[in-house]
Amino acid sequence: MNFTASKQPENCLLGPESDSQRTLYPYVTGTSVVALKYKDGILMAADMGGSYGSTLRYKSVERMKPIGKHSLLGASGEISDFQEILKYLDELILYDNMWDDGNSLGPKEVHNYLTRVMYNRRNKFNPLWNSLVLGGVKKGEKYLGTVSMIGVNFEDNHVATGFGNHLARPILRQEWHENLSFEDGVKLLEKCMRVLLYRDRSAINKLQIAKITEEGMTISPPYSLKTYWEFSAFENPTQGAVGSW
Amino acid sequence: MDLEMNLNASHSMGTTIIGVTYNGGVVLGADSRTSTGMYVANRASDKITQLTDNVYVCRSGSAADSQIVSDYVRYFLHQHTIQLGQSATSKVAANLIRLLSYNNKNMLETGLIVGGWDKYEGGKIYAIPLGGTLIEQPFAIGGSGSSYLYGFFDQAWKEGMTKDEAEQFVVKAVSLAIARDGASGGVVRTVIINSEGVTRNFYPSDKLQLWHEELEPQNSLLDLLNSSSPEPMNI
Repeated sequence: MNFTASKQPENCLLGPESDSQRTLYPYVTGTSVVALKYKDGILMAADMGGSYGSTLRYKSVERMKPIGKHSLLGASGEISDFQEILKYLDELILYDNMWDDGNSLGPKEVHNYLTRVMYNRRNKFNPLWNSLVLGGVKKGEKYLGTVSMIGVNFEDNHVATGFGNHLARPILRQEWHENLSFEDGVKLLEKCMRVLLYRDRSAINKLQIAKITEEGMTISPPYSLKTYWEFSAFENPTQGAVGSW
Repeated sequence: MDLEMNLNASHSMGTTIIGVTYNGGVVLGADSRTSTGMYVANRASDKITQLTDNVYVCRSGSAADSQIVSDYVRYFLHQHTIQLGQSATSKVAANLIRLLSYNNKNMLETGLIVGGWDKYEGGKIYAIPLGGTLIEQPFAIGGSGSSYLYGFFDQAWKEGMTKDEAEQFVVKAVSLAIARDGASGGVVRTVIINSEGVTRNFYPSDKLQLWHEELEPQNSLLDLLNSSSPEPMNI
């Protein structure tokens, strides 16, 4: 007997809801990830926030993780689904190592695997509620790609998730160029992250920047950005119009 | 994805607003974030609006509704001041706000905190939440960020603070709410009203105290890397 109160509309193509679990909406979420290709590899930035609705609940969440020897994965969206994806990838890398054949999965292969996982879950109406950024370098070739929760995937010289698409990518389209130095890449990412901090409600001022090159992956310690509020218009916004904002 | 903004969402001031009385007047405080869905439409808004020379109101909820209500009340108070021949009292201002909020309760979505000083009653704070209840209190908190402050006020509020104590208390409270409420942010604005007049202050986020898990702001990661000794990065 089924006592669960399920929210099914009358004209329904779905079977009994209690038979399987599905993510209907996310609970603890991470916001934008921004990444770009530079001279030696990939640079990726993400803040360390885990929001619970509009509450900024967790402030030390690492949303970027190394995958195998050659890849770096950043995620936005539901954190528990990200953790599940890390388990899948862990298994994938383990099996790859078990072959012990001198070959190892590169970023392109990992990206393809993730695309298949995300798309198949979407087809079962039970998505992993994440937008992923996958970057890496193998045999001198740089790779940077993204996969969304519905399986949309592509690669580019710079990618972003969530708000980053609207706020960071226009900046990157203007200012990115081939063979950026590490310093210029970091400054460019920080410019994007600062705008996101000003304009994204779920952003927090604590971020990490990760770098992946042929040599390997490093992730910076958490740090905060300075912000600018000293415009005179900010100090007296209603000078000309009392009662406005 | 759900997390992206609905650019056509109405402007809402997620907000943290506060009004406290002290031993000579009132201090009003607010954050400065106005959002359209998840996008921060204005990061430096002024939510503390003047009604008369000696009465101000903190606005929360719908930006449009709170602006129109305060505009009407400013207009009525102006006429009232002329008829009365002297400054309006904070009680009259609060009651006018209440009338509009109550009689239009089905259509409005705005919570307001009125604070002012007059020669009859000194400094007073009136809260007018959704629905149009009027309640006079020694302090009032409102907006989405206020949820995070009930415990703080229960523990730390005390009667008869000095002007500076009261202002620092308000700044601390708004700053704490900003740390946890995604709908609040930006700068902290305060307005102090007493027998001597009105003082407006402005506290940008980098001038505020750091809370748990918050870090000292840097110009760039490059400064951090260049300044520290070996092994600044770790896996």
